Amino acid sequence: MKKHLPVILTGSLIGVIALILVAMGNPANMGFCIACFIRDTAGSLKLHTASAVQYVRPEIIGIILGSFLLSLFKKEFQPRGGSSPVTRFVLGMSVMIGALIFLGCPLRMVLRLGGGDLNALVGLVGFAAGVGIGVIALNRGFSLKRTYTQNRLEGAGMPVLSTVLMLMVLLFPALFAFSTEGPGSMHAAVWASLAGGLIVGGMAQRSRFCMAGGIRDEMLFKDFHLLWGSVALLVVVIIGNLILGKFKLGFDGQPIAHTDGLWNFLGMALVGWGSVLLGGCPLRQTVLAGEGNTDSAITLLGMLVGAALAHNFGLASSANGATINGKIAVGVVALVLLAVTLFNTNRKGANA
Amino acid sequence: MKKVDARGCACPEPVVMTRNAIREDANGVEIIVDNACAVENITRFARNTGYQVAVQKNGADITLTVTKK
Repeated sequence: MKKHLPVILTGSLIGVIALILVAMGNPANMGFCIACFIRDTAGSLKLHTASAVQYVRPEIIGIILGSFLLSLFKKEFQPRGGSSPVTRFVLGMSVMIGALIFLGCPLRMVLRLGGGDLNALVGLVGFAAGVGIGVIALNRGFSLKRTYTQNRLEGAGMPVLSTVLMLMVLLFPALFAFSTEGPGSMHAAVWASLAGGLIVGGMAQRSRFCMAGGIRDEMLFKDFHLLWGSVALLVVVIIGNLILGKFKLGFDGQPIAHTDGLWNFLGMALVGWGSVLLGGCPLRQTVLAGEGNTDSAITLLGMLVGAALAHNFGLASSANGATINGKIAVGVVALVLLAVTLFNTNRKGANA
Repeated sequence: MKKVDARGCACPEPVVMTRNAIREDANGVEIIVDNACAVENITRFARNTGYQVAVQKNGADITLTVTKK
């Protein structure tokens, strides 16, 4: 059990901080959501014009910087990249579109479940199915090929960009769009969001916490190590919500969610599939971008663009359910993932 | 013993490569990686499946010798 302690602690701490951030103003069941927060940031940068979801979320910046600082301290900061960057950009877009059809990344899926939102349970089944497709690909030799050493500035790209963004928001807020109503207007104080992100980024860097990795490793190797982290997160959030009187079991009337089961399932299936192809869930990609992994940095940029497209083209769901455009996008993204899977699967793996 | 180069491979490929090598030769495998995460993952996999691991660092490269207990 001792070897599982770091990942269990990380899951528990993410749960506690998520509950605190919601109590301090973040939207319900959204203490953290990598997809939603990158989407909000895209809106604040005016990459999309959905006025309800525009806010530069300091949590994302905090996670990147927390991971960056801890990896420097532990001498694990390793600038590297070059493993199919364009493909990863497209996978980032794909994962984001899937997440915005469900309305949350895998992390928020568990936070929603912890709040009693049973739509997230449907999402979880879809997510596991998607991870299963990715696992089949890995077993058949799927690889996006090797990474190579990059220079330190390239590796520090995402931490530097994040710092610049945070400073610009604080010094020149007029440059950005900020929601005055809707989820984008709901947020904890900047310092609290930033501090929460820093702690989670640091902890997740140390423990390699990953929402997709848990189910994937269980399927691939019967290894439950990472899954313990997700279970700890769920347990802490359920207990916390019960204590705070915010646990509401059911499908209907859940905050920032819809009851369209098929599309909840399919949206998260895309996220699971895409996350395994990328080598980690959106949170893990954010942490790796802080560690100097430029492929993950590219993935985050793909997610940023994916979020903008999802809102500009009406792909993102709302409380009313999935849109027609969103349903078409599910088919298109599935074809994209299939093409990426087939083109990169070879018995020789990375040596192909 | 089979030698595998997993340098630059993203998670969880180094572990998949280790598993595949052990399937081919149950005595073990010598695998080279270049990051701490891969070392942890391969070590955990090896111990869970009845193998022991010796770790040797050589600059940025880390060689793991996975052998039957």
